[in-house]
Amino acid sequence: MSMSGGHHPEQESFAALRTKALESLLVEKGLLASDAIDTLVQAYEQDIGPRNGAKVVARAWVDPAYRQRLLENGTAAIAELGFVSGQGSEFVVVQNTPTIHNLIVCTLCSCYPSGLLGLPPKWYKDFAYRSRAVIEPRQVLRELGLDLDDTAEIQVWDSTAELRYMVIPERPIGTEGMTEEDLAQLVTRDAMIGVANATAPAIV
Amino acid sequence: MTSSPDPQIANMEGTEALPRKNGELTFEALWEGRVFGMAVALNDQGAYPWREFRDQLVAEIKAADVSGTPTSYYERFLASFEKLVLAKGLLTAADLDARTAEYASGARDDEDDHDHDH
Repeated sequence: MSMSGGHHPEQESFAALRTKALESLLVEKGLLASDAIDTLVQAYEQDIGPRNGAKVVARAWVDPAYRQRLLENGTAAIAELGFVSGQGSEFVVVQNTPTIHNLIVCTLCSCYPSGLLGLPPKWYKDFAYRSRAVIEPRQVLRELGLDLDDTAEIQVWDSTAELRYMVIPERPIGTEGMTEEDLAQLVTRDAMIGVANATAPAIV
Repeated sequence: MTSSPDPQIANMEGTEALPRKNGELTFEALWEGRVFGMAVALNDQGAYPWREFRDQLVAEIKAADVSGTPTSYYERFLASFEKLVLAKGLLTAADLDARTAEYASGARDDEDDHDHDH
C-alpha cells in the first residue's frame, strides 16, 4: 500500500485510484476492453439474483390470462417468458390471497427455484428454518419480520429435486398505474419464498 | 447473451462469497464493480483459471482477518486481483504505481482515458 494516504484533489479512495490505474493499463496493453467490462458487470448484476422470478410475478399481476396459465402449468408458463425453471424439475407456482399465505421450504436439503430466484439465502439452508417452517410457520414468519393476520391460513410447500415452488405475492395496493417493469422492482426474493410481502410502492 | 454469469464465480461460498443483497450482487462504489468486471474478464479470456483467483482471494481474506486489517471485501478483492495480475506478468508494479500516482495527483483523469481508449 505504498501509494495510500497521498493528497489528491478529488479525495478519491486509494482503491478507486488503483482500480482506475489497473483498468487503464490493462486496456492500453490490449488485455481488456472497457466495454467488455461494462457488459460483464451488467450481466452479473442482472442475471444472478431473483429478477427473472420478479418478471414472472409482475406479468402475472398485470395479465390475468398469464396468471392462470402460470398457476396451471408453471413450467410451461415460465418457458413462455424465455426463462428456464431449471434442473429438470417440475415448477409449481402458488399464489397468496388475503386468506391464504404460501411458504416454501425444503425440509430435506436446500432445493430451491434457482433458475428464477438465483441463489438461496443462507437461512433457507439452515436446519432451523427447514425444520421449523413446517411445525410453526407463523412463528418463523414473525421472526423473519412478517406478522400475518391470525385469520390467514398458511400453506407450506416442501420442495424436492423433482418439484420446485415459487410464490406469487399479493400485488400491493396503490400500484394500479404502474408499468410491468416498475412492478417487478417491488418483487423481492423473500416475497417469492413467502417470508415477506411484496414491497409497497414509494409514495410519489 | 454471450456473457451469462459463470456459476463457479457467481456461486462462490465461504468467506470469499460475493456480497449480495436480495440475492443480487451489491457494489457500494463504482470501482468495486470495475475491479470485479476486470477479474471476471481476464478469467474469461484465459489469463488464469478462476480457481487461482479464488485461492488468492481466500488467502487475502484470511491474512487480513488474522492481522485484524479492517478492509472491506472488495478492497481485499482488489488486492488479490492486483497480486495475480503482477504475478502473471501482465503488468509491472512500477507501471502500476506510476499510473496510480498520476491519477492521485490529477495529472491524469478519466477524460484522458477515454481519449486514449482505442
